Amino acid sequence: MKRLFPILSAITAALLAYALYQALVVAPTDAQQGDVYRIIYYHVPSAWTAFLLFFINFIASIQYLASGKDSSRRAAKWIVIAVGVLGVVVTFLPQVKAQLVSTGMRPSAMATTVLCIPAFYFLVGWLFPGDRLDVLALTTAEVGVVFCTIVLVTGPIWAKPVWGIWWAPGDIRLTSTLVLWLIYVSYLILRRFSNSAQTQMLAAALAVFGALDVPLVYFSIWFFRTQHPQPVIGGGGSMDPRMLHTLLISWMAFLCFAFLVCWSRFRLELLHREVEAVHAMKSLVGKDRVPVGTSLPLSRRPQ
Amino acid sequence: MSLWSVTLATLKKDIRLEWRSKDALNSMLFFSLLVVVIFMFSFDPLAEESRHIVGGLVWVGFLFAAVMALNQTWARELRNQVLDAYRVSPAPATALFLAKALGNFIFVSVLEALMTPLFVIFYNLRVLGPAWQLIPVAVLGTWALVVNGTFFAAISLRTRSREIMLPLLLFPISIPAVVSMVAATTSILTGEDSAHFYIVLLLTYDVVFTTACLALFEKILHAE
Amino acid sequence: MRESRAECTDSQPPVNSLLPVSTPAIAVTNVVKQFGRFAALRGVSAEFDAGRLHAILGDNGAGKTTFLRALAGLTQPTQGTITIFGNDPRAACRDLGYMAHPSLLYDEMSGMENLRYFAGLYGILGDHRCQEVIRAVGLDPTLTRAVGQYSQGMRQRMSLARAILHDPRVLLLDEPFSNVDVNSAREMVQLLKGMRDSGKTIFVVTHQASLLEGVVDEFIWMQAGQIVDRTASMARAGLS
Repeated sequence: MKRLFPILSAITAALLAYALYQALVVAPTDAQQGDVYRIIYYHVPSAWTAFLLFFINFIASIQYLASGKDSSRRAAKWIVIAVGVLGVVVTFLPQVKAQLVSTGMRPSAMATTVLCIPAFYFLVGWLFPGDRLDVLALTTAEVGVVFCTIVLVTGPIWAKPVWGIWWAPGDIRLTSTLVLWLIYVSYLILRRFSNSAQTQMLAAALAVFGALDVPLVYFSIWFFRTQHPQPVIGGGGSMDPRMLHTLLISWMAFLCFAFLVCWSRFRLELLHREVEAVHAMKSLVGKDRVPVGTSLPLSRRPQ
Repeated sequence: MSLWSVTLATLKKDIRLEWRSKDALNSMLFFSLLVVVIFMFSFDPLAEESRHIVGGLVWVGFLFAAVMALNQTWARELRNQVLDAYRVSPAPATALFLAKALGNFIFVSVLEALMTPLFVIFYNLRVLGPAWQLIPVAVLGTWALVVNGTFFAAISLRTRSREIMLPLLLFPISIPAVVSMVAATTSILTGEDSAHFYIVLLLTYDVVFTTACLALFEKILHAE
Repeated sequence: MRESRAECTDSQPPVNSLLPVSTPAIAVTNVVKQFGRFAALRGVSAEFDAGRLHAILGDNGAGKTTFLRALAGLTQPTQGTITIFGNDPRAACRDLGYMAHPSLLYDEMSGMENLRYFAGLYGILGDHRCQEVIRAVGLDPTLTRAVGQYSQGMRQRMSLARAILHDPRVLLLDEPFSNVDVNSAREMVQLLKGMRDSGKTIFVVTHQASLLEGVVDEFIWMQAGQIVDRTASMARAGLS
C-alpha cells in the first residue's frame, strides 16, 4: 500500500498535466463564448467530484446511524435495496420516461444513477467497517467542501465576462451548490465545536438532514426560476464531442487527485485516532495499579 | 402514560412556566418590534419595489425572532439538569420533542401575530391575491422553522458557543423553506402568481423533516 | 459497534423480575468509561444484593458520580456491562430513582406542581401519590412557594421525593446531604433507613459518611476509577 501512493501521485500529476493541456490547447474554442469558456474544464469536474464526495458522506452517515442496532442495520439495508429497485422501476414508467426524455436525459442513465445508491451503500459498508465509516464521512466532507469552494469561485469568474453578472439567484445549479456548501461547512463546524462523546452521531444526523434538504432546495429554486426567468450561468444545450472528451479527461484527473487527498486525510485521521487511543489506554492503565485486562475497541488491524 | 399525554403535560407545563416568568416573552416581543422598525428605516416603505420585497422582509424578521425564541428552548431544562430527570424516566423522547416544538410554534406564532400588524401599518400593505392562502403559508412556514430549530437547539446543547451554533445549523437547512415562504407570500401579496406549488413544497418539507426529527431525536437526547 | 440500549417499556415489568436468591440484583462487569483521554472508570466489577444500603466514598475525581450515572443509564460505559435485575439500566428505568446535587426540579413551579408533572412521566395519575411522598420527606404538600425559593435542605428533600415518586426498587443518590442542615439530613437518613428496611436497594455517594453510620450496610471505597475496597464499617485507614 505504501508503495502505491507515490505511483498514484505520479499518475495523477501526469493526468492533471494532460488534462490542462487538453483544456487549454486541444479543445476547440467556443463559438459564442470564445476562450473564456475553458474554465468549464475546472468548474464542472470540481462540481461532479464534490457531489460524489458528498454522496459518499451521505451513505457513510446513514450506515453509521444505522449501525448501532442490528435491527436498524437490517432495516436500512432493505430500505436501500427497495429505493434502488423502485427507482429503476419508476424510471421506466411511461410518464416518467417521457418527462426524462423531454429534459434531455436518457432513462437508462437515470436508472444507473439510482442504482448507485444501493451499490455504494454495500461497497462503502464492506470497505469501511466500524469506526472507519465515520473517518470516511469526515474525510469526504472536508475534501468535498474544498472542491465545492472551487465550483463557487469559478462559477462567478466564468459568469462575469460571459453574461455580465457575477451571480443569478435563479441559477439552479450554482445556487444548489451554494446551499450544499453551506450545509457541509456547518457540518464541519459542528464537528469542531461539539464537546459531546457522540459527536460522530450528531454529525451523521446533520448529514442526513442535509441530504434530505438538497432535493427540496433544487425544486424550490426550479419553480422560482420558472416564475421569474433568469439567466442560466452554467449554459445548456448540447456539447461538441471534443469538449465532452476533454471534460471527461479533466474529471478523471480530478477524481484521481481527490482520491489521493482523501486517502492522505483518511490515513492522517486514523493515525490521530490511534494516538488518542494510546493516550486513553495509558490513562486506563494508570500508574497506581496492575493493568486492567481489557483492550480498547480498536477496529483497525495492526499494520 | 401515552405519547400524547406526556406531550400535552409537557406543553402545558412549558406554557405555564413561560407565562409565570414572562422575561423571555417580554424581551422577545420588544425585539420583534425593533426588527420591524429597523426594516422600516432600511427599506423605504413608499417605494414601488417595496411591495415585491416585503414578503422577504416579513419572513427575515420572523426568522430572527424565531432564532431568539429557539435559543431558549432548553434553557429551563439545563438549569438544575432537569433533562437528566427526563432521560431516566420511561417517557418517550418523541413526546418531549413534540411538546417543545409545539411550544415553540405557539411562541413564535405569538411573535408573528405581533409583527404582522406592524408590517401592515408601516408598509401600507394590501393583499392583492387570495388572502386566505396566507394562513397555510404562515402555519407551514412557522412549523418548518420551529421543527428543525428545536432539533438543532438540542444538538447545540452539546457544543461550545451554543447560541451561535443554532442559527449556523438551522439557516442552511431552512433555505428551501425560506425560499418557498417568501415566494408564496410575495405571490399572494402582489397577486401576480400562484402560491400553490410553494404551499405544497412547504408541506413536503414539513412532513420530511418532522419525520426525520422524530426518528432521530431519541439519539440526540441521550447523547452525552 | 456496541448494541444500543434497550428501550424502556412502559407497560411490562422488566424481564427476570423474580430472580433466584443467589443472583445479585445489580451486576457490574468490567465497566470502563473514558472521556477522550481521561478514564473515569477503569474496569469496575462488582455485584450487589437487593435490599441493602451502600455508601460510596472516595476523593474527588475517583469516579463516584460517573459510576452512579452509569448505573442510572445516563452515561454509557465505553466497555463492560451493567445489569439491574437482569436488565440494561435504560430498560430498567422504572426500577431506578435518581437524585443528584442539582435538584432536577423546575425552580418556577411549586413542589406539588413539579411532582405532578414528573408523576405524569411515569404514568402516575392523581395527586394522592405526590402528596404521600411529599409528606414522607417531611414537607408540606400545600406549600405553594416555588422550589427556587426553598432552602437547600427543603430542595434536596423535594428532589428525593421526586426520585421515590414511582416507588423504584433501586435508589441512586449523588451527594444528597451536601449543603443541607443537620436536621434535614438526619430526617433524610431515617427515611432512607425505612426504605432500605422495606427492601429497596440504595446507593449513596457522599462525603459525609458519618451521617450514615449505623444505617449503612456496606461502604464502597473508590479511588482513581476503581473500587478498591468494600467494608462493613468506616474503620479504614485515612478516613477523616
